[in-house]
Amino acid sequence: MNRVKRTLAPYLLVLPGGLWLLLFFVVPMVTMFSLSLQQGDIVNGYVFTGHWQTYVDAITNYQTQLIRSLVYGLITTVALVVMSFPVAYWIAFYGGKRKSTYLFLILLPFFVSFVLRTISWRQILTDDGMLLHPLKEAGLLSPGFHILGTSYAVIFGLVYNFLPFMVLPIYVALERIDPRVVEAARDLYAKPLTVFRKVVFPLALPGVFAGVLMTFVPASSDYVNSGVLGSSSTTMIGQVVQAQALANSNYPMASALSFFLMAVLLTGVFSYARVLGTEDVMNAAAR
Amino acid sequence: MTTQTLTPPATAATPAPRRRFRLTGERAMFAYTWLIIAWLVVPILIMIAFGFNNPKGRYNQTWQGFTLKWYKDVFAISDLTSALVISLGIAVISSLLAGALGTGIGYALGRYRFRGADGLNLIMFATMSSPELIMGISLLTLFVSAGIGLGAVTITIAHVMFSISFVSTVVRARVITLDRSIEEAAADLGASPWTTFWKVTFPIILPAVFSGVMLAFALSIDDFVVTNFTAGTTVTFPLWIWGATRVGLPPQVNVMGTLIFAAGILIAVVTSLRSRSKAKRD
Repeated sequence: MNRVKRTLAPYLLVLPGGLWLLLFFVVPMVTMFSLSLQQGDIVNGYVFTGHWQTYVDAITNYQTQLIRSLVYGLITTVALVVMSFPVAYWIAFYGGKRKSTYLFLILLPFFVSFVLRTISWRQILTDDGMLLHPLKEAGLLSPGFHILGTSYAVIFGLVYNFLPFMVLPIYVALERIDPRVVEAARDLYAKPLTVFRKVVFPLALPGVFAGVLMTFVPASSDYVNSGVLGSSSTTMIGQVVQAQALANSNYPMASALSFFLMAVLLTGVFSYARVLGTEDVMNAAAR
Repeated sequence: MTTQTLTPPATAATPAPRRRFRLTGERAMFAYTWLIIAWLVVPILIMIAFGFNNPKGRYNQTWQGFTLKWYKDVFAISDLTSALVISLGIAVISSLLAGALGTGIGYALGRYRFRGADGLNLIMFATMSSPELIMGISLLTLFVSAGIGLGAVTITIAHVMFSISFVSTVVRARVITLDRSIEEAAADLGASPWTTFWKVTFPIILPAVFSGVMLAFALSIDDFVVTNFTAGTTVTFPLWIWGATRVGLPPQVNVMGTLIFAAGILIAVVTSLRSRSKAKRD
């Protein structure tokens, strides 16, 4: 009796949460895929017709926004790796006793709502705002100069909002490096740059991968930054999906676009994983 | 956590010029790190400052004088206040639910080997790495197809869904590092498995459960994307702000943002100080 109880224990513990994930994560994904192949409308109901044409329409009508989102996501991710590495490196190797304080400061933005932070940047960067107005008054910028509504503003917002997601995983990877490995490289007369290139960076790669995963996917599907800081010429696919789902109630189109986007993002992530070697990826994922 | 040893091993073998170079590189990185921190803080400082601004018109973006009136009238906009109350309510309920469900999964994954654990791990990984946009749309299609009306209940369901994996991961990490000999000692002293769990194991993993619940609370109160798709006509705090962007934000939003920020910092500092003093005592 007791043995039966013990073998049942993990299943009983997992059951409620597992069911919740099954019902509200797995089932919705299936529903979404099915709906993307259905025809009809919200009033008369939907019928499954295997209508792949929605995908063709989605891709041909919105290829500009799709490509733009991936390009923005890519630029953001590359900028994040370059910008975050020195920060993570300095905190991990020179942070000393203050490490947790520095990490806390990096995480400070998360104590303010994501939407509110982005709007705060809009208030700063607006045409007659506190940044551009004085510069224009001083004649350093032409009166017609603006930042808001450009792709620079959108990418700026994406980089700002996702920076901590890149610093943290790289920090975790660097922090795990055994200092003796670095010392050994130095003892073998490796120059500082060689130590970095041949020892530190390869060991930090799983962290970089985790960071890319945590930033590229959400950045390319984001619609808050392009909505608040961008204009009609910076529309990203997230905005299209949001408009199709919430304004037009065109659920098949929103589903098809979402499913296609997810497929593209996952293909990108997995080919990146193949290049890097699956073992490192599993380690990064497990963290 | 001890890598202080990694500061340059200043041996006599290191040539002097290179040491000086490394020192300036270190200084440059120090300055750069602080520059990034300053950049991260800019919009927060602006938010705090403009809660004290006294704007004449509808737009609160140029400094027009100091006032405390928005702190006095912080709840004057009833829609905004009710949005905040709804957000807090959803965050409390969903973080407690996700805490309970996630602890079950985290404990099982950390303690037992069982059939289906790999699949469960995969689903958890998928929920943590899926774009919020896609989770939002897929939940919307489910609720629409099933004819479930959108509102506070569907928002809560969604928030519990994306929080479970985070809670489980935190709890699992604690359970894995648990010293089993303490439990064995309790069993040797005649405690039943049930008693052992509640008297020994649970108090040890409680801090992890607590930080999981706090994480779920933070994820819920700040969530915009998934909430946007599952809210229907219900308005939460982030949704209200989003809706008000086109007409200009009232200073009350800055005040509420500042108060939430201060409360968050306070809780984080207190818990970290408490765990630090506890670590010292142990």
